[in-house]
Amino acid sequence: MREFGYQRASDVAGAVALLGADPDTRFLGGGTNLVDLMKTGVERPARLIDIRELPLDEIESTPEGGLRIGATVTNGDLAAHPEVRRRYPALAQAVLAGASGQLRNMATVGGNLLQRTRCGYFTDVTKPCNKRVPGSGCPAVEGEHHNSAILGASGHCVAVHPSDMAVALIAFDAVVSYETADGPGELPLREFYLPVADTPHRETALPPGALITGVTLPPTPTATHSRYRKVRERASYAFAIGSVAAALDVRDGVVRDVRLALGAVASRPWRAVAAERVLTGAPADAETYAAAAEAELAAALPLPHNGYKVTLIRNLVVAVLTELAEEAAR
Amino acid sequence: MALSTSSVITLKINGEKYTLPVDHRTTLLDALRERLDLTGTKKGCDQGQCGACTVLLDGRRTVACLQLAVAAEGREITTVEGVADGEQLHPVQQAFLDLDGYQCGYCTPGQICSAIGVIQEHAAGWPSAVTDDIRPEAGPPPLTADEIRERMSGNLCRCGAYVSIVEAVARAAEAGTDTSTAAAARISPEAAAEEAVA
Repeated sequence: MREFGYQRASDVAGAVALLGADPDTRFLGGGTNLVDLMKTGVERPARLIDIRELPLDEIESTPEGGLRIGATVTNGDLAAHPEVRRRYPALAQAVLAGASGQLRNMATVGGNLLQRTRCGYFTDVTKPCNKRVPGSGCPAVEGEHHNSAILGASGHCVAVHPSDMAVALIAFDAVVSYETADGPGELPLREFYLPVADTPHRETALPPGALITGVTLPPTPTATHSRYRKVRERASYAFAIGSVAAALDVRDGVVRDVRLALGAVASRPWRAVAAERVLTGAPADAETYAAAAEAELAAALPLPHNGYKVTLIRNLVVAVLTELAEEAAR
Repeated sequence: MALSTSSVITLKINGEKYTLPVDHRTTLLDALRERLDLTGTKKGCDQGQCGACTVLLDGRRTVACLQLAVAAEGREITTVEGVADGEQLHPVQQAFLDLDGYQCGYCTPGQICSAIGVIQEHAAGWPSAVTDDIRPEAGPPPLTADEIRERMSGNLCRCGAYVSIVEAVARAAEAGTDTSTAAAARISPEAAAEEAVA
């Protein structure tokens, strides 16, 4: 590991000022991803600014009836919070489906949004990787890619975003707040992650030097009836090979409102806009759910070893929507 | 300006203060084992994947291998050496002994610290990924074997002593109702306030 300086920030403005425009400096939250990547040499910062003591660890109701979640709230506290469980249950379920109890107690909401892919070529510094070393190539396209992207990828990178939390957040139209030396700013999560194109090393639309200060969830009555379901290769403590966050409002057998997002299918949490369009106003039945999933997956470009994800996601969408509709009918 | 790459820090471990110079690259795990001779905390994968290095930080279970020592300054650190009350074993330690919750014992300190955290989190009403109804109104789910397995999934045991580990955690959770209530107060501000009033 490269040697590094360490500073602790006590307020947001101070943290942003300490970082300045230094591309060799990183903010340190829980460290569960950053410290790991520093050990393997993927990240080699010259300086860390510890932001864990910033006053960003609250979850508050907004006047509009949504929730504002501070950037240093731990995943553990987020999933345990009564209002998260009551108003956005799929978000609590998504967080609980990720990592282990120990890691959830360390990991922060801001860091979770910025966590890096677990693609084996990205985490192995002896291998080429366009995300880590732009222009070096993507061995995953012809190599090990059974958990790679089926949507929105490019020949330059097929890595998937690892977060469960972000899948639920994007389903509920979360907005990311940040602070820069020039003042505060906001980005809807749907615009936060950049398309892969030929620049997979550019992952977010955050301005240089920005510090994420929190995430705001707008009031979403449909979200009280929501669910996150994750498929992985063992029963617990593993990254997804496919996941679905969904919220469903059915009245008189017709879908009145729906939120649908997919995980482990793309370089970013994937809001299933095409599927939502098919669902809204349609009969709430298995035929509609399947048609919706197929509409979303029509754009899928699977590789030789990850075509199973198309079937997996289709079935997962149908299953989760069916369960939500059955629950509502009870 | 070149920033120093080391600092003199003071760590609060098991109620005692230790002052030591550390290279910033030092993890809490290496500081405990290599610098302070607190070798109860074990190094397994050193990547946050096995849980052998689990300690309690401000009462919450965390993995010491991904925690920089310099960033732990000012926090209350409890290692397996600090969980007993003098000669009186912690209920979780006693349950692991009574029910053979181990074979070779290497993962055991991490299992014990993690189980203490699990029991506290459960007592504070935290749901898990296998909890059917996570609404707060539903209250804490029964601490079934499935719940324990899910909540302890961050601790690997290469000997495969899981069956006994699950039994030990269940036994300790039953035996330690008093201690777990006090412990829950440490991680839940609401519970702490109620206890203070009582």
